[in-house]
Amino acid sequence: MTARGAPKRPVAHRALDLRLGIDVGGTNTDAVILDRDDRLIAKAKAPTSRDVTAGIEAAVDAVLAVGSVQPTRISHVMLGTTHATNAILERRRLHRVAVLRIGAPATLSVRPLLAWPADLRDVVSGGEAIVRGGIELDGREIVPFAPDEVRAFLAPLKGTVDAVAITSVFAPVSDRHELAAAAGAREVLGPDIYLSLSHEIGALGLLERENSTVLNGALLGVAREVAGALGTALAARSIDASLFFAQNDGTLMALDHALRFPVLTIGSGPANSLRGAAYLTGRADGIVIDVGGTSTDIGVLSGGFPRESSQAVEIGGIRTNFRMPDIVSIAIGGGTIVRDGAVGPDSVGYRISHEALAFGGSTPTLTDAALLAGRAAGVGSVVPDAGHRARLAAGLAIADRAVADAIDRVKTSRADSPLIAVGGGSILLSDRIPGVSEILRPHDYDVANAIGAAIAAVSGSAEEIVTFRSRGHAEAVAAIGARAKLTAIAAGADPAMVEIVDVEETPLTYITEPAARIRVKAAGPLSTN
Amino acid sequence: MSRDLHVKDLPNIARGCSVLGAGGGGEAYTATLMATQALMDYGPIRLVTYDDLAPDSIVMSCGFLGAPIVSFEKLSSGEEGRYLLEEVERIRGAKVGALMCAEIGGSNGMVPLTWAARLSLPVLDADGMGRAFPEVHQETMHLAGIPAGPTVVVDERGHRAIFRNVEGAWVERLERAVAIACGGIAASAEYHMTVEEARRATVPGTVTLAERIGRAIADAEDDPVAAVIAAVGAARLMTGKIVDVARRIEGGFVRGTATLEGMGGDAASVLDIDIQNEYLIARRDGAVVASVPDIITLLDEQTGEAAHTERLRYGQRLVAIAFPCAPVWRTPIGLETAGPAAFGYDLPYIRVEDLNPGCGSWPGDSA
Repeated sequence: MTARGAPKRPVAHRALDLRLGIDVGGTNTDAVILDRDDRLIAKAKAPTSRDVTAGIEAAVDAVLAVGSVQPTRISHVMLGTTHATNAILERRRLHRVAVLRIGAPATLSVRPLLAWPADLRDVVSGGEAIVRGGIELDGREIVPFAPDEVRAFLAPLKGTVDAVAITSVFAPVSDRHELAAAAGAREVLGPDIYLSLSHEIGALGLLERENSTVLNGALLGVAREVAGALGTALAARSIDASLFFAQNDGTLMALDHALRFPVLTIGSGPANSLRGAAYLTGRADGIVIDVGGTSTDIGVLSGGFPRESSQAVEIGGIRTNFRMPDIVSIAIGGGTIVRDGAVGPDSVGYRISHEALAFGGSTPTLTDAALLAGRAAGVGSVVPDAGHRARLAAGLAIADRAVADAIDRVKTSRADSPLIAVGGGSILLSDRIPGVSEILRPHDYDVANAIGAAIAAVSGSAEEIVTFRSRGHAEAVAAIGARAKLTAIAAGADPAMVEIVDVEETPLTYITEPAARIRVKAAGPLSTN
Repeated sequence: MSRDLHVKDLPNIARGCSVLGAGGGGEAYTATLMATQALMDYGPIRLVTYDDLAPDSIVMSCGFLGAPIVSFEKLSSGEEGRYLLEEVERIRGAKVGALMCAEIGGSNGMVPLTWAARLSLPVLDADGMGRAFPEVHQETMHLAGIPAGPTVVVDERGHRAIFRNVEGAWVERLERAVAIACGGIAASAEYHMTVEEARRATVPGTVTLAERIGRAIADAEDDPVAAVIAAVGAARLMTGKIVDVARRIEGGFVRGTATLEGMGGDAASVLDIDIQNEYLIARRDGAVVASVPDIITLLDEQTGEAAHTERLRYGQRLVAIAFPCAPVWRTPIGLETAGPAAFGYDLPYIRVEDLNPGCGSWPGDSA
């Protein structure tokens, strides 16, 4: 065939038609390749490495080999990773952050980072100050902002801090004091100082939002390192694709967004598997159980998105206001070690392939127990000796009860509900679980999380306290919704396709004027240009 | 008998305040951090009884009023207690001898601890409710005929308002208007009184009661809910799961209903709980099993921690308990002020222990 006369566009079109989804789990790093119609082309797993990046590289190599895929055909890479979580838990590679709060004389009763673990505070904090200023819930100033106090705080810190985290009272209502302080910080510390601004990060709740903003500032360097390492790794494999990161709400953000908001990548795993389960079964509602090597996460799909938790989420001992999926986790997984009358919580993890009885090892695991009960046909081959059998049977019964109890915990009604089982360890689940009407075991259940990352939409949200005296309800929701859409578009969503997916309203208590906190979430597919 | 309260005691007091809050009064997390910082910076607080103070010494009953959501964003300065103290001392022409929580339930149970530490004043082991109520005049001092005013309202900037010639619902109306003008939250002091008056007009021993409830939760080995029930002598109304939460704004207050579907031994039953900032009425399969002013509280089935009305959501597994209010609320004026009729219900008040055999009496000190 000769190129002459051949239409150019379809060729270019076909050359860049694949997406690579990667999800880093506690045990395995999974990778999948999907085509433009979301069909699975290839899947692979590699053990999660201590530095996370090597495990990602191994999984990418494996999936490219399995699928015999031309790396140059990959247009998008979606990554759900634990780099940020690990950096906080291990207190490694964190930026030193100047912590600036705008609100005095309000808020002086609780200083920044008061409830942080001392060792993390020592690593992260380059100094803390509360300066005059801040906003009231109706947008007025508490007191005028004091830029000279910002300069006085930051000037001595020049050269000792990498980032400034700025949090103003009621920044979600008005960002003007934060923006003024940011300008002051650039003036004093130079235009290249990293900034983390609370109005871009979290919702209402000053201390939780401030914590998230400081953590975000501390992670800005890690984000750059990870993006750099991945860019190099992908380039070395001839992959020239746009990079997206999975967030904790089951949606994606573009690389430039992730570089500014790395804290939002924390906890993306459970959301990815929920979204992947929805995709694999075509169901928008139901309970999803994701059984891994070390633990099992159970969550609820509602309208295709994870049901969010109403509780404050702690990261590394710090209270944040992230909207994580409402997940019940139990220490039950394929590699969970079975002892007399007890199961776990420890697991052989990825070493299952040589330590479990079924693979010729000497450690009885739940996978062995499932095999013995005839559940996990085709996995392993060694039949456990009689000495282990009673223990394994008892252990499986304990695990079954724990699973049934955890499922009941997330259910919203007594009626039996369908259950979508995903994750490599889901083969150990019984076919009959109390309270469950049917168990859906989709094909490719073992890489649901990576698929979830690959098919995810891009989202944004906005929140405000609205007093209904000043404007009508519908008008308020529309205005907040418009802001949410803009946030989604900024994160990489297709402007033509973005739509409102959730409106949450909480009436304010103990106040005589009708008012409510309204939070709107928008989402849309990835922008393809 | 007086004793010191230290930083380590604060989480237990906060847990107990939440249980006594009947779902209202705001979450105590931020208030606990405030008190923690104050005790770290200013040292422990002296917790005293009536007998530890001179009979003519002045007790300043105080707390915050306004929207909890605002208080979690625009935290206090910590100086509000001093502003209140200065004005009350000016009004009384005498020094204040001790601070007291107006309301032990919810976050207000912790607030005077912060101020007392910063002012180096003791805290009286008593309060003006023995639980949480939505309105300022729903206090035992009102029942005892102590004048509400002159009342003082201040904000974090040091703005100060004083209301004279106010009683009853007017205290609430005027002070809340100031709180809204101040941005949704303000600190206030009403019903300042002598120790002699406080002895007959307040609910004794409630800080210690809150601490005892909190310690029961913290020390429970495997069943914190049972530990709370034992600590307060409560009736277990239902163990169940939230299947419906309906909330709406009505007259400025949040009204609504939460429905629990029974689990285990309660599997065939449904418990409906009416909410008006606090849990007011509990009906099991349509029949009232507990009502205000008795204390209805929802506990997390696993942790025993109280679930606030603002945090209720589908699927939560909770244990609903109820126990008697402080006895003074069962007098005619007590019921007129905070009985079912005061919240718009056409229901006769029946004591929770008469509806639930095995339920104990008010778990606090008897007056």
